[in-house]
Amino acid sequence: MSILLTVVSLMYLVSAACYVIGLHMMRTPKTARNGNRVSGVGMIIAVIMTLLVAISQKEATMTGGIILVIGLVLGLGYGAVRARTVEMTDMPQLVSLFNAVGGGAAAAIGAFDYLSKSTGSTLSFAFSFPVALDLVIGGITFSGSLIATGKLAGKISGKPITFPGAKVANALVVLVILVSVVLTIGFAVNPSWLILIICASLLFGILMTIPIGGADMPVVVSLLNAFTGLAVSMAGFVIDNQALIIAGALVGAAGTILTLQMAAAMNRSVLNIIAGGFGTDDSKG
Amino acid sequence: MSQELYTNVAIFVMSVLVGFEVISKIPATLHTPMMSGANAIHGAVVIGAILIALEAQSPLFYGLAFIAVFLGSVNVAGGYVVTDRMLTMFSKPKKPKNESDDGGDK
Repeated sequence: MSILLTVVSLMYLVSAACYVIGLHMMRTPKTARNGNRVSGVGMIIAVIMTLLVAISQKEATMTGGIILVIGLVLGLGYGAVRARTVEMTDMPQLVSLFNAVGGGAAAAIGAFDYLSKSTGSTLSFAFSFPVALDLVIGGITFSGSLIATGKLAGKISGKPITFPGAKVANALVVLVILVSVVLTIGFAVNPSWLILIICASLLFGILMTIPIGGADMPVVVSLLNAFTGLAVSMAGFVIDNQALIIAGALVGAAGTILTLQMAAAMNRSVLNIIAGGFGTDDSKG
Repeated sequence: MSQELYTNVAIFVMSVLVGFEVISKIPATLHTPMMSGANAIHGAVVIGAILIALEAQSPLFYGLAFIAVFLGSVNVAGGYVVTDRMLTMFSKPKKPKNESDDGGDK
């Protein structure tokens, strides 16, 4: 390991510790704000370290570098401005939107690495399995969170939306996802499998979220948040980066516990909220 | 199983366990900020996006890398800023009682 990589790896560890300490501090109102800042400092350290790696990278093309800078400036700017200007009451849907883009980014990383393998080549299970999971979970959270954003913002009716044959449609889409996962994992690289897996996952995200009533949305957003964590973790396996694996797994697990607590606070079970939407007209209390 | 894969799986399992343990019972008023804070942490996906942008060599990959970098950086910047704003209501010394009650209704 070169000196730079050693330093970067050690600093990734520091940032991982910051996330854990930050989450821990966010459990009580008194320390919550500082907890978020501790975790934010960890994130800044990790991003700076990654940019150092980027600068030292000699294979990168000029265009790649320009795209990186433009994407970062636009993304950071848009995110920060939206977060600064949003009304307090509109925050939940903004969180849901930020969750959606996180899932989308994880799926884009998976698609990038899958396509970078030449068509027709066989993949190792250690690569194809996380890629498939990354695409499925990332796709579901992307479209699902966007629907949740729309429902919370009132752009989509907050009432449970159901249609005849919804159960059959769900079952079919799940089947297509399973088939495309098998195709991705077990067969040679083919861009068609990628398109199939992404389309089916996006469709399932929509079908999963539209039958759920607006009142249950915060729990659903929290669940999708945990999903995104898992997708990010899988993206970490795909590109072999421990910073992503740690952050994603941490959020996946913490988000799951949080989802259970939120559902319990509403005297509901998570299964009841998710399954209650499947094919029934009203979400039972 | 290669050494690298084993290391990654071990890191994954340990991180999941830490994630389960680090959150115990939290008050209902903090549910939304906690969700938002966790949302910001998975903004770490931007790290992966930066790394793939360096590998891109053709228009298709430039496009995918741009999408990943843009979406990831929206997630990370927006996540932390909006969480911080949510939590301002807890850090004011006089008001936290009333305002945190409001926060719980959302």
